[in-house]
Amino acid sequence: MEKSILVIGVGSPYRSDDSVGLSVLKTLRMGPPEQVHLMERSGEGSDIMDVWKKYQHVFLVDAVQSGKAPGTIHRIFANQEKVPTDFFHYSTHAFGVAEAVEMARVLGELPKSLIIYGIEGEQFGIGKDISKHVQISADKVTGMLLKDIQKILTGNPTYA
Amino acid sequence: MSNTKTIKVDYLARVEGEGALFIKIKDNKLEECQLKIFEPPRFFEAFLRGRQFTEAPDIAARICGICPIAYIMSSIHAMEQILGIEVGGQLRELRRLIYCGEWIESHVLHVFMLHAPDFLGYQDAIQLAGDKPELVKMALRLKKAGNEIVRLLGGREIHPINNKVGGFYKVPDKKDFSNLLEELKWARDASIEAVKVANSLPCPDFDQDYEFVSLHHPDEYPFNEGRIISNRGLDIDIKDYENHFEEIHVAHSNALQSVHKNHGNYLVGPLARYNLNYNQLSDLTKQVAVDNGYDRQVINPFQSIVVRSLETVYAFDEAIRIIENYEKPAKASVEYEIQAGVGYGCTEAPRGSLYHRYEIDEQGIIKTAKIVPPTAQNQSRIEEDLSNFIPKFIHLDDDDLTWKCEQAVRNYDPCISCATHFLKLDIQRN
Repeated sequence: MEKSILVIGVGSPYRSDDSVGLSVLKTLRMGPPEQVHLMERSGEGSDIMDVWKKYQHVFLVDAVQSGKAPGTIHRIFANQEKVPTDFFHYSTHAFGVAEAVEMARVLGELPKSLIIYGIEGEQFGIGKDISKHVQISADKVTGMLLKDIQKILTGNPTYA
Repeated sequence: MSNTKTIKVDYLARVEGEGALFIKIKDNKLEECQLKIFEPPRFFEAFLRGRQFTEAPDIAARICGICPIAYIMSSIHAMEQILGIEVGGQLRELRRLIYCGEWIESHVLHVFMLHAPDFLGYQDAIQLAGDKPELVKMALRLKKAGNEIVRLLGGREIHPINNKVGGFYKVPDKKDFSNLLEELKWARDASIEAVKVANSLPCPDFDQDYEFVSLHHPDEYPFNEGRIISNRGLDIDIKDYENHFEEIHVAHSNALQSVHKNHGNYLVGPLARYNLNYNQLSDLTKQVAVDNGYDRQVINPFQSIVVRSLETVYAFDEAIRIIENYEKPAKASVEYEIQAGVGYGCTEAPRGSLYHRYEIDEQGIIKTAKIVPPTAQNQSRIEEDLSNFIPKFIHLDDDDLTWKCEQAVRNYDPCISCATHFLKLDIQRN
């Protein structure tokens, strides 16, 4: 339990770059480190608040649209900083990822450590392909996640 | 001097759709009110063509992240009609049960996380949670009970995978329900309290004259089966839907707007279901309705928040009835042979009737698919309501008027309501 780790990939498989969180999860599934749980979610906030409850260390990967260049990687230490509510423009509902984090904070239900990787998307229209820059960043995020996880498993977390 | 102002509400969403609300006011009079929607079902209709009929439920489930069961079940019923099979007994009951789960999830989310903050003057549910943490915690627990039903029967909470043409891939043992049953009994009591909370919210006077359209079944509150009826005399088999309803293309929206031929716009969803099926509610739900003064026709769309709460009580009550009477069926699904044909499915998604039609060939390949979601059916009626609503509040400043419009749009829980949080206000003055 102490080192229980969850990676949540958020997105819709039919909305182009919005599926980047799912793409990262797919790569991790090829050889997930032991003790790491992987979950695919649609991004509905109350659902996310529920699934991370059992875990100490939670990572969440989602597409964002904040106006930066496509492929820009945002890394948010949610225990210490507020998640901008206009960050995840493509959240499923008004009660999405950002709202889930802020509500969990208000209710005292944030995981011990929550790191959010937001990957700036380019195309959010209907389709199954991920833009080139966004896919390159997805691969980088996968590498960053594996390092974060390794540090937790060796007792030296990036942030906890 | 003329004074024209334009209020534009842009909103985007991931799966459920994209849209914008455009309001033009001139000399303090409403000149134009347009709801613009872009809808994924058009893409999915094309995407479904050429696929095996067995794939339709899983593909359709992806149209909406909030009501996948409705999309799954409307497609399954259409396919079963083509194949000439009937799924009855405990399998039919399990289908009603998973529908209960979806209504609970969707209604509780909408009532407490999206709509109640509007009525109470909070910016969002986070502010509400700051002031009333116990209420929000109760809502989250209610919603989780709905999630548990969907997870147990659907295999997982989102994008359930256990439903199929003919029944289920796997059915639960009776003992699988034992923990859930206790939680549902707590939830049923809590949902009765939730009705009281919803009923205590300040509600504007706004009675409207609607044609309500919903499924109707003589013996049960409608989820999966029934005839399509209205309060103005319509009473048809679902296969005749397209003879009575048509989709009109309007210039300002990518979505097609549905109308009842020779009648005009109409309303589907909780108000329509409730007004047309009150007698089919459970005794407990009717008692809660009486206790809250809701044993009557409800024609104020702002009171839909109370009706959703009453439907949530019904969903818990119905779920408990099904589980208490459950006996594991010998087979998880009904066998069939593929045959060509055309089939129709119409089920009651949380936000209203969801119509599907498919044509498959003798190999089971989908030749055509048609999907009419509830929001497309309500779109024209929402515009009319807003056109009636805005003049009452036209004296408000733009921020307050926008806020009122958001609240009004959320009455219909349209798939597009999801992103009204991300408003962009664009005012032009001449």
